[in-house]
Amino acid sequence: MGKFFIAAGLALALAFGGIVNDAAASSGKSAPSQEWTFDGVFGNYDRAQLKRGYQVYQEVCAACHSLRQIYYRNLSEIGFSADEVKKIAAEFEVPRGPDDEGETHDDGEEIMRPAKPFDKMVQPYPNEQAARSANNGALPPDLSLVTKARKGGANYLHALLTGFSEAPEGFKLQDGMSYNVYFPGAQIAMAPPIDDDAVEYADGTKASKDQISRDIAAFLTWAAEPELEQRKRIGIKVMIFLLIFTAMLYAVKRRVWAKLH
Amino acid sequence: MSENTREFKNPVINWIEYRLPIFSFIDDSVGSNYPSPRNLNYWWNFGSLAGVTLVIMIATGIFLAMNYTAHVDMAFDSVERIMRDVNYGWLMRYVHMNGGTMFFMAVYIHIFRGMYYGSYKEPRELLWIIGIIIFLAMMATAFVGYVLPWGQMSFWGATVITNLFSVIPFFGENIVQWLWGGFSVDNPTLNRFYSFHFLLPFVIFALVFLHLWALHQHKSNNPTGVEIKGDADTIPFHPYYTAKDAFGLGVFLIFFLGFTFFAPNFFGEPENYIEANPLVTPAEIVPEWYFLPYYAILRAVPDNFIDAWGILPVIITAKEAGVILMFASIIALAFLPWLDTSKVRSARFRPIYKQLFWIFVADTFVLGYIGAHPPEGHFLLIGRIATAYYFFHLLILLPLLGKYEKTRPLPESIAASVTNAGPEEGQ
Repeated sequence: MGKFFIAAGLALALAFGGIVNDAAASSGKSAPSQEWTFDGVFGNYDRAQLKRGYQVYQEVCAACHSLRQIYYRNLSEIGFSADEVKKIAAEFEVPRGPDDEGETHDDGEEIMRPAKPFDKMVQPYPNEQAARSANNGALPPDLSLVTKARKGGANYLHALLTGFSEAPEGFKLQDGMSYNVYFPGAQIAMAPPIDDDAVEYADGTKASKDQISRDIAAFLTWAAEPELEQRKRIGIKVMIFLLIFTAMLYAVKRRVWAKLH
Repeated sequence: MSENTREFKNPVINWIEYRLPIFSFIDDSVGSNYPSPRNLNYWWNFGSLAGVTLVIMIATGIFLAMNYTAHVDMAFDSVERIMRDVNYGWLMRYVHMNGGTMFFMAVYIHIFRGMYYGSYKEPRELLWIIGIIIFLAMMATAFVGYVLPWGQMSFWGATVITNLFSVIPFFGENIVQWLWGGFSVDNPTLNRFYSFHFLLPFVIFALVFLHLWALHQHKSNNPTGVEIKGDADTIPFHPYYTAKDAFGLGVFLIFFLGFTFFAPNFFGEPENYIEANPLVTPAEIVPEWYFLPYYAILRAVPDNFIDAWGILPVIITAKEAGVILMFASIIALAFLPWLDTSKVRSARFRPIYKQLFWIFVADTFVLGYIGAHPPEGHFLLIGRIATAYYFFHLLILLPLLGKYEKTRPLPESIAASVTNAGPEEGQ
């Protein structure tokens, strides 16, 4: 009787193994793994890369994509000085708000002031409708959490940005869409945003398409997980403590139980 | 001193003990005056691990509650504020998030251990049933808690699961609207779920006390399944099992915090880092891993209401059947003490049950795998077979097996099993 059930269990397991590869094709090709400085237990962000990534975001992505969880003050964490952060913020304008008389508008125009480090990053569109109408009906997603909100994270972003190609014969591409195997359904409303030398890096790094994609993926990983370095540093200390402490607890346990035998 | 109090060295403790015998209570419950079977192996660690995890969840949850805003317009951003601007908020949140996973892992192992060694059998039926009630309360807590960050899976998970109540005859729709506090999952839903999520852990805490009370009445079961017969069979809980549990806790924390610090989103669904949007349905609505087997059972019934792309419910009988099967799969566990008719507790002495047990474990893993995939083609077929087997095992195999299985001879006593059988596992 027991043998019969083992056989039945095996049959079930085999049938089940056979379907593992049937995974849905519509979810997009999975992105190849890249090397990142923030990978692994000892991972760290490369500040120079994050700064380049910020430049890419500002010059390329920010025209359509918001970064609404990030404040200008956060940029000091990737290596900008306090003065530089102030200067960056001042390039943008935010509503001034009511003055002492309660005025917010002057002649029907909203009164603006330069942004300060404590302001959230200014978004490209005032609302979803404006974003959609400017983008052929598509909504460019907010990027502050994008590496956590997509399977594959930074690998996915890098693959997506470098993965545009001609649609294969017979593939029906809708108007205004681009072909990208890494995107679910392979049709994406974003036109290829990056080419070689799409930006001119302040630090002189050669701006190949691959390099730009890497830098923006790293920057957006930081935007999604600004705590990553602190988390891993504390994690290592906690693990060392726990390993030693647990070894001691094991010794205590052995010693206590030794009395029994 | 009166009869039920004890003499301690410290006069302050004696003063308190005379008025409130709390120290003898502790000593009798988890101390040197609580006799435990001498042969408990490491599978017996998971009860205390689950208890510690409950405390960790409550402690981190309190701090999260101080910074969380239960409003549909602010919930998602308030969680992000915790992650970015609250001092060590990311730590509290990641510990809490992974703590849910660890809690279920510990409890699942704890339940399977009870099944393998027949811990639910007479006279521990109530102990087992209280455990199942704790498990149900945990599921409710985890479900409402997952809604709070107000991501896409929060919203759509809440929509799917609350809709299950619409199968209740006559009043279904009304009950669902009553749960929502409106006509869809919205701000009133989020507010009440937050309230429940704060309340339920304390209910679980109280239930855990009942669980321990019932445990202490007849003491722990043990790997032989033979009752304690004399002093030679037992050792005091302290220092033996306090030392063993402490070591187990160390190992558990390495696992728990390893994920928390180095792969905090490993068990999570990326989709939940997208803010809830009632107008956009995710490609696939999947619950957290610990609900996947039940999700598979729910969707195993033909023509289920949740089709592959999560289109909203249409009332059909298959939906009702799915919901009933899902609840039945848990309720059936509460009847295990009577479904399992064998007089022998431990699988060690039940050669066929031992194999069936592992097939049952494998079956729940298959269900979990199926639950993560849309109910189509092979997935649906295997999901149905695995669902059928789940109930076949509990409702048919177990009652029959107790009558026909030829069990191995039981040891005379726990002490005899330890001394005769050479080095015993897990000591």
